[in-house]
Amino acid sequence: MSASTLPSSRSATAGAFTAEAFQAHLASLPAGLPAWWIERKRAAYERFASAPMPVRTDEAWRFSNLSGLTLDGFAPPPSVTATPQASIGIRKSARLVFANGRLFSREILDPHLEARGVIVDTLQQALLRHPELVREHLLAQPSRLGSAKFSALHEAFLVDGAFIHVPRGVEVELPIGIFTYASGTGAAVFPHTLIVAGENSRVTVVDYFGSTNEQEVQLAVGANDLYASHGAQLTYVGKQDWSHQALSFQSNSTVVRRDARVQSLNLHLGARQARHESLSQLQAPGAFSEMLALTVAHDDQEFDQRTLQIHQAPNTKSDLLYKNALLERSRTIFSGLIIVDPDAQKTDAYQSNRNLMLSDDAEANSLPGLEIQANDVRCTHGATTSRIDPEQEFYLQSRGIDKSAADELLTFGFFEDVLNRLSSDELHVALRNLIQTKFKR
Amino acid sequence: MSSLVIQDLHVSIGDKEIVKGLSLTIRSGEVHAIMGPNGTGKSTLAKVAAGHPDYTVTKGDILLDGASILEKEADERARAGLFLAFQYPSEIPGVSIANFLRAAVQARLPEGEEIDATAYYKRLYAKMDMLKIDRKFTSRAVNEGFSGGEKKRCEILQMAMLEPKFALMDETDSGLDIDALRIVAEGVNALRGPNLGVLLITHYQRLLNYIVPDFVHVMYDGRIVKSGDKSLALELEAKGYDWVKKELALANA
Repeated sequence: MSASTLPSSRSATAGAFTAEAFQAHLASLPAGLPAWWIERKRAAYERFASAPMPVRTDEAWRFSNLSGLTLDGFAPPPSVTATPQASIGIRKSARLVFANGRLFSREILDPHLEARGVIVDTLQQALLRHPELVREHLLAQPSRLGSAKFSALHEAFLVDGAFIHVPRGVEVELPIGIFTYASGTGAAVFPHTLIVAGENSRVTVVDYFGSTNEQEVQLAVGANDLYASHGAQLTYVGKQDWSHQALSFQSNSTVVRRDARVQSLNLHLGARQARHESLSQLQAPGAFSEMLALTVAHDDQEFDQRTLQIHQAPNTKSDLLYKNALLERSRTIFSGLIIVDPDAQKTDAYQSNRNLMLSDDAEANSLPGLEIQANDVRCTHGATTSRIDPEQEFYLQSRGIDKSAADELLTFGFFEDVLNRLSSDELHVALRNLIQTKFKR
Repeated sequence: MSSLVIQDLHVSIGDKEIVKGLSLTIRSGEVHAIMGPNGTGKSTLAKVAAGHPDYTVTKGDILLDGASILEKEADERARAGLFLAFQYPSEIPGVSIANFLRAAVQARLPEGEEIDATAYYKRLYAKMDMLKIDRKFTSRAVNEGFSGGEKKRCEILQMAMLEPKFALMDETDSGLDIDALRIVAEGVNALRGPNLGVLLITHYQRLLNYIVPDFVHVMYDGRIVKSGDKSLALELEAKGYDWVKKELALANA
């Protein structure tokens, strides 16, 4: 089908990701990858190329700055030889570092980790060694929040990512750290993190995304797949700290099974424009998904967060709390939906978006939503937007604290209840320190 | 020796003139009390000196150690050595007293210098011990859910930590029962010394039983109309503000 047969307002745009670029990408992959994976990538490319870019009338893109969503001028970046600064000041059991889509280093720091059957490896290795595990879980969940085109782009151009599998009953004490860097102007990266927490296992993963230079124009199209099997406890902390000229799309999918618990906390600091979609599926009784997010938006940044909590079984629980601190001329969008399936009785779902306006020029948009088909449920949702009271500001100033230090203090005060939900003090401190770097710029 | 000099100060909020030509000099080591009926401009004086953005100085000047502070922002004035103890301190949800004070102490350090956390907590605990404040206090959010007495003690603790040259204490006694008043007054007395000048703003004489001033000024209709020593406060207590008003009327007749 040629583009001219489509109405002009819905024309499909591939930008820099042409059919030739895709062929070049396939040719660059190592030999021996499973045929089904290559086929899936080809199908994904077709979906990407034929899907239109979002338009204003798409409900899933309401309030988004569509003119910023350009795919032109990007290319798969060359390999990186310099050592990225891969440290977040916490003790870890293993560490994977990716730079420009390729593995940079892999360290297993807990000597017992592999003996206990824990796999911390690259997706490429996992595709060779554990193809069935990867096939079952990798990008297996639907894209329901509007970014089907970008999810397809991710799948088509995905080079490598992290694969973590924790076997039944194994508890990994220290977090596993994944560091993903983009380097160079025009670099397009497609990070992926796949975590499968086996029955009654316990693991914490910290996923960091950053650029080696703050001013480089980059594109990041990432995704993660989190699976918590029966009774598993999975904690996921994502830290998005891309270059301030980056365009970022991230799609997260969480599947929670019987009596399992997933706690995810996404910290959003970087990028010029960042879209973050998060889907939680509560598939069996006792499943609990805690979805947390903290955003510090400044300058002209836009953070666009779309969430979906789907309760597919009775006695499931979800608890979403997204907090945005907005400075200068920044914008945020939160759109959340809770869906309760007809037989998901005794669902307990909560959804809250809170915005702290630290500037009169900032703009926060909030669209909370519910779609309940069961009759015996407890669902609450709400959104609040609060401005700093001038008397509060004067009080802080009268103690010698200037506007920028006051903003920092108030932001931390605002974030405190979310940070306190982390059970690890070390992680709490590491997150605080990272947030602080944004105020030191 | 520092000085805070207020010269022929005129202050308006919107079109309304509230302070109408007030002059006052405070030196280090001195405690001045300003008394007067409600609505006479006492609190405005404290807020305008601290740099509250709602007020406009239309005439006159405020000099700290000889230099005008009127062009300085509130935070700059605070770092220069002014401290306002609020009548109604704001609540800062989620921000602990320890972190709040830490930010205030950090703000006074030279650019690029990081606060020494160990030394900071040592000093904070020493000040709390001196003011007989429980250490658990530091982890509470600033003024959130505090009783009137706790809010005022929090103000005194901040004053103790920030060691200002001049403290402007706005109706520190308001809303306090006699026990709380005594505790707060003990705190202020403990901080009194040759390096601190204090301006106590109060409606009632009773605070001055606990914090004995060196000078007492009576403020009425935007100016100081009578000054004296501590005996003036007692005379006011006995005769009431009507006495001042009558004297003024006679003088203006």
